[in-house]
Amino acid sequence: MEVKQEYTFSDFKSELSVRWCPGCGDHAILNTVQKSMAELGLKPHEVAVISGIGCSSRFTYYMNTFGFHTIHGRASAIATGVKIANPQLKVWQITGDGDALAIGGNHFIHAIRRNVNLNMILFNNQIYGLTKGQYSPTSKHGFVSKSSPFGTVEHPFRPGELTIGARGNFFARTIDKDLKLCVDVFKKAAQHEGASVVEVLQNCVIYNDKTHEAITDKEHREDRTILLEHGEPMIFGKNRDKGLILDGMTLKIVTIGENNITKDDILVHNAETEDSTMHLKLINMEYPEFPVATGVVRSVKGLVYDEEVEKQIATVQSTSKIKSFYDLAVEGDVWEVK
Amino acid sequence: MGNGSKVIEVEQLAVRFSGDSGDGMQLTGTLFSHTSAIYGNDISTFPDFPADIRAPLGTIGGVSGFQVHFGNKVATPGDYTDVLIAMNPAALKANAKFMKPGGTIIFDADSFDAKSLEKAGYRTEDPITEDKLEGYNIIAAPITTLTKEGAKGIDIDNRSILRSKNMFALGLVYWLFNRPIEHTEEFIKKKFGKKPEIMAVNLQVLQAGFNYGENIQAMTSSYHILPSKVKKGIYRNLNGNKATAWGLLLAAEKSGLELFLGSYPITPATEILQELAGRKDLGVKVFQAEDEIAGICTAIGASFAGRLGVTSTSGPGLALKSEAIGLAVMAELPLVIINVQRGGPSTGLPTKTEQSDLFQALYGRNGESPMVVLAASTPVNCFDYAFYAAKIAVEHMVPVMLLTDGYLANGTQQWRIPEEGDFPKIVPPYTQQKPTEFKPYLRNKEKLNRDWVIPGMEGFEHRIGGLEKDAVTGNISHDGKNHQLMTQLRQEKVDRVAQYIPELKIEGDADAELLVVGWGGTYGHLLTAVNELNKSGKKVALAHFNYIMPLPRNSEDILKRYKKIVVCELNMGQFVGYLRMHFPKFQYNQYNKVQGQPFTVEELKNEFVKLIEA
Repeated sequence: MEVKQEYTFSDFKSELSVRWCPGCGDHAILNTVQKSMAELGLKPHEVAVISGIGCSSRFTYYMNTFGFHTIHGRASAIATGVKIANPQLKVWQITGDGDALAIGGNHFIHAIRRNVNLNMILFNNQIYGLTKGQYSPTSKHGFVSKSSPFGTVEHPFRPGELTIGARGNFFARTIDKDLKLCVDVFKKAAQHEGASVVEVLQNCVIYNDKTHEAITDKEHREDRTILLEHGEPMIFGKNRDKGLILDGMTLKIVTIGENNITKDDILVHNAETEDSTMHLKLINMEYPEFPVATGVVRSVKGLVYDEEVEKQIATVQSTSKIKSFYDLAVEGDVWEVK
Repeated sequence: MGNGSKVIEVEQLAVRFSGDSGDGMQLTGTLFSHTSAIYGNDISTFPDFPADIRAPLGTIGGVSGFQVHFGNKVATPGDYTDVLIAMNPAALKANAKFMKPGGTIIFDADSFDAKSLEKAGYRTEDPITEDKLEGYNIIAAPITTLTKEGAKGIDIDNRSILRSKNMFALGLVYWLFNRPIEHTEEFIKKKFGKKPEIMAVNLQVLQAGFNYGENIQAMTSSYHILPSKVKKGIYRNLNGNKATAWGLLLAAEKSGLELFLGSYPITPATEILQELAGRKDLGVKVFQAEDEIAGICTAIGASFAGRLGVTSTSGPGLALKSEAIGLAVMAELPLVIINVQRGGPSTGLPTKTEQSDLFQALYGRNGESPMVVLAASTPVNCFDYAFYAAKIAVEHMVPVMLLTDGYLANGTQQWRIPEEGDFPKIVPPYTQQKPTEFKPYLRNKEKLNRDWVIPGMEGFEHRIGGLEKDAVTGNISHDGKNHQLMTQLRQEKVDRVAQYIPELKIEGDADAELLVVGWGGTYGHLLTAVNELNKSGKKVALAHFNYIMPLPRNSEDILKRYKKIVVCELNMGQFVGYLRMHFPKFQYNQYNKVQGQPFTVEELKNEFVKLIEA
């Protein structure tokens, strides 16, 4: 569907010069978000961008929309308040792996559980950049950083797994340098009614350079990632000859043309099924055992919190006799002194 | 009514209903206070319930009480009890110490068996002698037996009959105070309309209690309590938490703003959340958050989106909200924070009252982080101060904290429903700037507030946040001089609120030797103590603060008129410390109490007399 573009992507750029490090993945995400907004036909004044704290959260200042750069971890909560208060606004939450999954974990899961209509873009660079290089809740086990000089002894979150655990209805994954995929996924997330989580595999050029390189570099990307499309068979690889099948309860990689495997044997992706079992399996695939899933993994319709709030108010108001404060004050046990 | 028996005329009286926490004492007390208020008495009530939902039956820890003080010029729930209704030995044991000498004790004689007496901690089988209560007017009424008899003829289980024991006690008390039972009958009919047997039991047992009073009248006297002279108008009973919620509702209406409450359940503030959750008819959006932080953060989000954002909590919750309050200070958004104080620190005494969060309200944030702080002083003026907290927040673009406390929150008084014109309009400072020249931090010359621009307004797109802002453009600024300027502006903006609030008033003998200073929920007790001392010829005056930050502009003028000042607080001396900081040249005495209970008028009078004579 072609949307007539009233605003171009440069209408979404603020006058501030962007201060991220040269080569940071954030630049690409900023550009693709702006492009997505323009292509969606959004108007800058109807968009509110809410962020927490961290490199990613500076994003707000570079957007010529309404913006609120808040406090560490609380973006989900503040964005929830904005959206409930005014459901007409398009609310985008910009957050990082520290902001959303460590200090803000509680708000993050509850916003997802409630299914508030927010577009949550989670920049996952597996590091604390703004504080100059400490491990984050998504850093791999054993990761050496300034605060883990001997390697971490803890297991990381997978943002998608957490989203499913919080009963999320929308999860997608993209790569900062895949601009086309970013735009596609951001638009789909924005069009989804309810909480949508997009994990962006983002590179921190200073403190965690090339952390996603094994899967994101151009040469290997097609072999080490799989782009999921709803209704399409899950095929990947440079030669489009590898695919996923179920072997009992587990996913298995097969080669089309080997062992009598044809294209028809390959699993077809169903992002819209409520049952999250397969979505979780796809989210949890990790390189080198599996290709890393990108694109929209899960996109399921559900009751939207902010809409339900409005509906409930309308229902109560249609039957209640109390129309003003005075009506309430004189209701029930009152007496008059003359 | 009461024909033949002696009727004593009194100005005020306090009655306390006490029993196990499942005995329905809170309801009984509430019904009695309704009837008294309708009769024309001033009322002041205070429920005293255990922190545990179900402490062991029959033990002192499980005793739930409800005191009603009623009559003419009543300002407190009363230090002592004139009439105690004890449904079991534990209730007698727990409350004997609150009895006024010579008062009346009515107890359920059926429940005073050896086992129950032992559970309550009595060592003998004669609690009256053991607790030295011989000088009291004791009515040992077989309430359980008479309740069963009263319910005769109704086909219903024994348990339901026993649950109506509280109605027997209430009927008896109505007789004692010459009160009609019709109002309570109506309540019972309404409440149990769909359960005719339960309705019948309650009605019959209520009547049986009243009849019992008639039958034993030779043994005791009944009372006639004088009605008070009150202003014309429509009245109802209201407790502090409900008054707070309702003040916010009126503020929303008077400002044309949608009300948004983000909150997390916490004793003793939860009722505000519950009350507003029921007000969808008035378009209130209530968000029960995942935690205290989300409670305030959603409210800040709502303010940013152009609504009246409010969060409600108690001390420990306020501690969790500190960082977010700082964000509201920095972003210069309107926000109302209600803190219903309780005993602290940490979990402290959740169901008991205290005034020990004052410093937390004033200073409990990082950086120079000034905000407006108000304190309500009676259950029903929680309404007024909630309204004015919202008015100041919106018109001055500042977070405002309203302090109430457990005593105000649960205390009930009669309340005159405001009429048109009693409360002013609230005018949000929506921007008059042109979009092309818009500056988000351009300030109003008088109030120093910035303009309120609501997301959705075309051409006014801008960014705010927790980082320091340039005083002109509103963009991020790390410039030292700009930071100093902005810090001063944020303080000055709060200071200037003093020009928009009423002056401090003196009550009592203006020419006094001793000035009593208080703030917040202690008002009723302080005023009663001062009035009673004035009656006995002592020269005492009261200056009670509702505006803490900023202080009323005549505060120093008032303080300097008096040779002796005593600052009374339910904490270790926080407000007196604040006054010493602002007005260091005066000598302050202080009177402090931290027992989870309000002051008693008696202890205040003793202290004031001592100070006058010193």
